[in-house]
Amino acid sequence: MAGDNSKTNLPPLSLHVPEPKYRPGDTVDYSDVDIPKAGDQPRPDVSSDPATMREMVYDMVRVLDEDYKAVGPWDPKLSDDTLLKMLKTMAQVRAFDDRLHRMQRQGKTSFYMKSTGEEATSVAAAMALHSDDMCFPSYRQQGILFVRGYPMVDMINQIFSNREDKLKGRQLPIMYCSRRLGFFSISGNLATQYPQAVGWAMASAAKGDTRIAATWCGEGSTAEGDFHSAMTFATVYNAPIIMNVVNNQWAISSFSGFAGGERTTFAARAAGYGIAGLRVDGNDPLAVYAATQWAAERARTNNGPTLIEHFTYRAEAHSTSDDPSAYRSAQEREEWPLGDPITRLKRHLIHRGVWSKEQHEALDKECIEAVKVATKEAEKNGILGHGLHQPFETMFQDVFEEMPWHLKEQSEQANKEREIKWPDAEASK
Amino acid sequence: MTTMNMIEAINSGLDNMMARDDDVVIMGEDVGYFGGVFRATAGLQEKHGKTRCFDTPISECGIIGVAVGMAAYGMRPVPEIQFADYIYPGLDQLVSEAARLRYRSAAEFTSAITVRSPFGGGIFGGQTHSQSPESMFTHVCGLKTVIPSTPYDAKGLLISAIEDNDPVMFFEPKRIYNGPFTGYYDKPVEPWSKFEASEVPEDYYKIPIGKANIVREGDAVTVLAYGTMVHVANAVVEEHGIDAEVIDLRTLVPLDIETIEASVKKTGRCLIIHEATRTSGFGAELSALVQERCFYHLEAPIERVTGFDTPYPHSLEWAYFPGPVRIGEALDKIVGELTS
Repeated sequence: MAGDNSKTNLPPLSLHVPEPKYRPGDTVDYSDVDIPKAGDQPRPDVSSDPATMREMVYDMVRVLDEDYKAVGPWDPKLSDDTLLKMLKTMAQVRAFDDRLHRMQRQGKTSFYMKSTGEEATSVAAAMALHSDDMCFPSYRQQGILFVRGYPMVDMINQIFSNREDKLKGRQLPIMYCSRRLGFFSISGNLATQYPQAVGWAMASAAKGDTRIAATWCGEGSTAEGDFHSAMTFATVYNAPIIMNVVNNQWAISSFSGFAGGERTTFAARAAGYGIAGLRVDGNDPLAVYAATQWAAERARTNNGPTLIEHFTYRAEAHSTSDDPSAYRSAQEREEWPLGDPITRLKRHLIHRGVWSKEQHEALDKECIEAVKVATKEAEKNGILGHGLHQPFETMFQDVFEEMPWHLKEQSEQANKEREIKWPDAEASK
Repeated sequence: MTTMNMIEAINSGLDNMMARDDDVVIMGEDVGYFGGVFRATAGLQEKHGKTRCFDTPISECGIIGVAVGMAAYGMRPVPEIQFADYIYPGLDQLVSEAARLRYRSAAEFTSAITVRSPFGGGIFGGQTHSQSPESMFTHVCGLKTVIPSTPYDAKGLLISAIEDNDPVMFFEPKRIYNGPFTGYYDKPVEPWSKFEASEVPEDYYKIPIGKANIVREGDAVTVLAYGTMVHVANAVVEEHGIDAEVIDLRTLVPLDIETIEASVKKTGRCLIIHEATRTSGFGAELSALVQERCFYHLEAPIERVTGFDTPYPHSLEWAYFPGPVRIGEALDKIVGELTS
């Protein structure tokens, strides 16, 4: 029953349901997005009390200016070699994404997710970590694996769920895992990696280790309870961790407003927890590197956790399962005020005089060729399709360390069915 | 040997494991300085240090999630969830993460965690301090579920759970922390010290997970129970003078099907008892398994005695509890022809 407002003269209540500014066909105007001048942001000491650096969560750390020069106190002053490695790695990730996306369209696997436009948030971040720091990624941080030297063939084997898939064909494509490279198994459930990363960091601290943890999630999944549990545990135990929020503006079809982005920044979540927070131009690879380096040094010196919001844009679909032209304006990508991370770093290196357009064109070709070679190699091991790539018994292994009787019984049942379902495969055995 | 109640036995098992293995850490609400609301972790922080046994924020999602991360590092966390009723915010971390990590990572990462949690009613705890949610976890592939019924079993099973390389749900029947319970709420509680099962070695020992315990041998009917209900079942069959075989399951997953099957084939009759609600309770699984494996040996329909499908009531707790009257009626149905 409605309440009685007659005594108060109040208007009736109204429910606010967020709506993005632009829908398909709309003209996009980003002039209201506040982009601070590069180089203007102060760089606090890594041991600073979070209370003294609260303005950082509303500001935006930027290093590359309009002329693609590196400016200001956050310039990490990286060597040409390091910057070239960063550029090449990002270009390789993009070429990989393009080809594997096409492979999904050709029916060679079930699913793919590109990281186009967001490459800096994983590549530059991973480069600023030590190679043995532990990463708890979400599903769009394939760049970390490229930085750490995971072979493309192994990634594609996983995407094809083929007989060489190190995860035995059990996981959805791109849900990689590599203990050797400090890359935690990716979950399809969002933000679950956040408290796990904090737990790993707490264990490292409790053991007197020197390694720190880093984790990533999208702005959309900051709404999950796991995010807030992780923030609470991180601040309570002063855990040596970097918590990255990749704000790419879109969670499938829901704009950042559905995670609270209309009211404040995602970096500002840090302030309420007493955690150091940085908001970074996520399409500026030097800024991403510098912020990660700052947070890593802070964590490694027992000064505790940092939350970094990477302000970026998801240039393509969420995955191969959605069509962004159905829910957002195509102009968004073209008008995005922070440009593209690869283009910006390329121009910076050209400006430095260590790179050229011609070299970049050659690099793109090399990257495409490298993916082609890796793809062909992986295809020899099979593509997704008929379910017989893995030894049959692997379906029942690793549920437990030792297989209990009920799984043994079910395994026998599956084997009996196998003879009926795939008699030809049985005959050729 | 020392005389211990179930809390003291659990405390002793935790203490043994913390001394043996630096990777064993205890975490949970109020478990540190205070030693836990049921005192299961009393003295452990003082003895083993603040980084080995510590209080946590009130966040079951955080407690389980952080434990999964610590296990990924290589530790053996033993998180306590203060009451099983509070476990639900941690469910995603248990079901989608701890239980699946070994499988999805092809064994590169595992979750060697033991989640301890007091469960069950009979203490006037109302609906949020009395639940028996075990079947929610037995339904999840990748989780083991263990429930002790005596101080001796509690310690031996807990040590096995902590050493297990898979995640284990360790539900402690809090009604029998201090002494076994016969189902008569109006009779005085007899302390564990009056019973043999309170004789507990101070040193490390193990009881294997996946092995049931025949607590009373008999030929007339097989009674399957766990936790508090083992004692209630025993008291009722004694009272009725029934030659029942009472099996304490100890572990629900993996289940000791051999012991169950052999017993039912011998007795030809089966009664299943649990305190948890009836529909989709673990009794349904037990009933199906016994029917599938022992159908041609059965001489009477399988009976289930359970809690009702309502929230655990406060004032009507003893109307709800599956006590001697409900069990007696079920026994009458199954073995009535033998006793009449």
